[in-house]
Amino acid sequence: MKVAFYPGCVSKGACPELYVSAKLIAEPLGLELHELVSAPCTGAGVLSEQNRELADALNGLTLAMAEAEGADLMTICSTCQGVLSDHNYHMKQDTARLDKANATIADQGFRYGGTTSVKHLLWMLFEDIGIDRVASAIKRKLTGLKIAPFYGCYILRPTEALGLRERPERKTYLDRLIALLGAEPVEYRGATKCCGFPMLTFNRDKALAMGGNHIIEAKEKGADLLVTPCPLCHLNLDGQQPDAARVLKKDIGVPIFHLPQLLGLAFGYEPDELRLNHHVVPTKGALEKVELKV
Amino acid sequence: MQFTIEVGRYNPDGRYAETAVPGATFPPPWNASPVRRYQTYTVDLPPHAVVLDALIAIREYQDDSLAVRCACRSAICGSCAMWINGHANLACKSKLEAFTKDGKTRVESPPSMPIIRDLVCDMKPFWDKHLAVKPWLENREPVPPPDEEYRVPNAAMEELIQEVSCISCGACLMDCESFAVNPDFLGPQALAQAYRYVGDPRDAKTKERLGELSGPGGIWDCTHCFECVQQCPKGVAPLDQILKLRKLAVDAGYTNNPGTRHADAFAESVKDSGRLNELTLMPKSVGFFNIVGQLRTIPSAINMVRAGKLPPLIHKAIPGVERIKKIFERVGGRFK
Repeated sequence: MKVAFYPGCVSKGACPELYVSAKLIAEPLGLELHELVSAPCTGAGVLSEQNRELADALNGLTLAMAEAEGADLMTICSTCQGVLSDHNYHMKQDTARLDKANATIADQGFRYGGTTSVKHLLWMLFEDIGIDRVASAIKRKLTGLKIAPFYGCYILRPTEALGLRERPERKTYLDRLIALLGAEPVEYRGATKCCGFPMLTFNRDKALAMGGNHIIEAKEKGADLLVTPCPLCHLNLDGQQPDAARVLKKDIGVPIFHLPQLLGLAFGYEPDELRLNHHVVPTKGALEKVELKV
Repeated sequence: MQFTIEVGRYNPDGRYAETAVPGATFPPPWNASPVRRYQTYTVDLPPHAVVLDALIAIREYQDDSLAVRCACRSAICGSCAMWINGHANLACKSKLEAFTKDGKTRVESPPSMPIIRDLVCDMKPFWDKHLAVKPWLENREPVPPPDEEYRVPNAAMEELIQEVSCISCGACLMDCESFAVNPDFLGPQALAQAYRYVGDPRDAKTKERLGELSGPGGIWDCTHCFECVQQCPKGVAPLDQILKLRKLAVDAGYTNNPGTRHADAFAESVKDSGRLNELTLMPKSVGFFNIVGQLRTIPSAINMVRAGKLPPLIHKAIPGVERIKKIFERVGGRFK
């Protein structure tokens, strides 16, 4: 299946392990990735709040590029998903906004017709690729692992723009996937909460406490690791975890996996191929539970 | 129809202590006290019944010790906001059938607020925040003697309908992620109210308000998680109002804060390269002259480098970046 692949800045910056693992799992899932190499950053909501017209134009350009590919746009980042969904939804609703964005990108030879669907890899697994195909690609069951899903905000809220009104089951995909891969999903309140990353530069200690509290809750419920569909959550939960532990004066030490890394493990790739050896919080303990080494 | 309701009970006098379930795990701070427990009731109600119907039925016919706060029963007064299955909602607006999970509905006072008894939380933090944003119109000084009533264009008030719809139920604050870790944060309701007055053409203190809101505990302490948008029973969408305030504050010149520096650095990076430059974003946002702030980010940066997670030192632009620059220039505005 052909998809217009939008990797997002972070997977090409501070989370290269996400990009690498997403590329690896495309083959067993039968995904033909057409990367939108000249698509701009979504603005992560930061540009939208200060200059909506600009964010409409930038995201309109990306949506037009996917439209030209004649394929759904696939993200591997909840923040990209949230921002693209938001602009896509509102431009489809409000033709004045769409027309304005089109007037801006017309100079560059682009026009967005309003037909692109924006879908996170997590949604595609269930809605396009099909859960049977995912199941048939499994070569290594993750039995024995207790995995806490960390959805984060932008793949869940706001519900209208993300299509969760029509498809409320999207709120459960991560739990269902964990079970499908043979592991046990951990139920905890933090699963749908905020990692704190958007506040990291404004109010560092509070942002660290926010993310740290959720990991501690999951750990207390027995989680060996957390899995997240968002690299920005990953930056805060993994990258800042030692600092969060300092702020909360607690020992944390729970590894955070990207969604494609977890899939990759189940599909039989080695931890090093998935760059599980390039995390701030060591993944060793969790991997040993499924008899793997980094 | 039979409904099972699990009610979070609390009595500071310790009346429930002897019946507390030993070893039961509760969300914090429930596990800390012997005077808290969950109690299960079964009620027989029609399929269209709401959570509040069940609570009133319990109080009237089964257990008159249950404390519930409610008044209008029609989502107008805002008294009955509480946690229903772990999220803040109005009990009078939540259908039991829709909120039955694994055969039951769990109702409790939100752990983010101080508790008085059973389902009655103390709304003091909420009202303190509400008052802190001066939720009234400020006059020009000296007050000109009015010859006639103040007239406002219809369109100006239509802009504010969303904020005026707030019924002060507190559902947004109860589920606010920032408030949960930062008690000083003004919170979604107070900030949405602040916008209601900032956006009112009759108010004379717009600039002063924006200045105060840009300080600690204000608009930049929101973590942008959309919980308030999700929980508000009246469609106020507080986050949307907070974002409007951020833009107005920046436009009014309140730019010496990490939020504005972050937005500017972000925009500069996207304009110059089409994508985010993570290497420069953090130091630029913290502010080059904020030495303490800069030092505090160093341990994390070292951890990232050690793990091999350093973004490429040479930040490469996306192909066709000229296109992006032209879009920035054509749209104009702050980031041109």
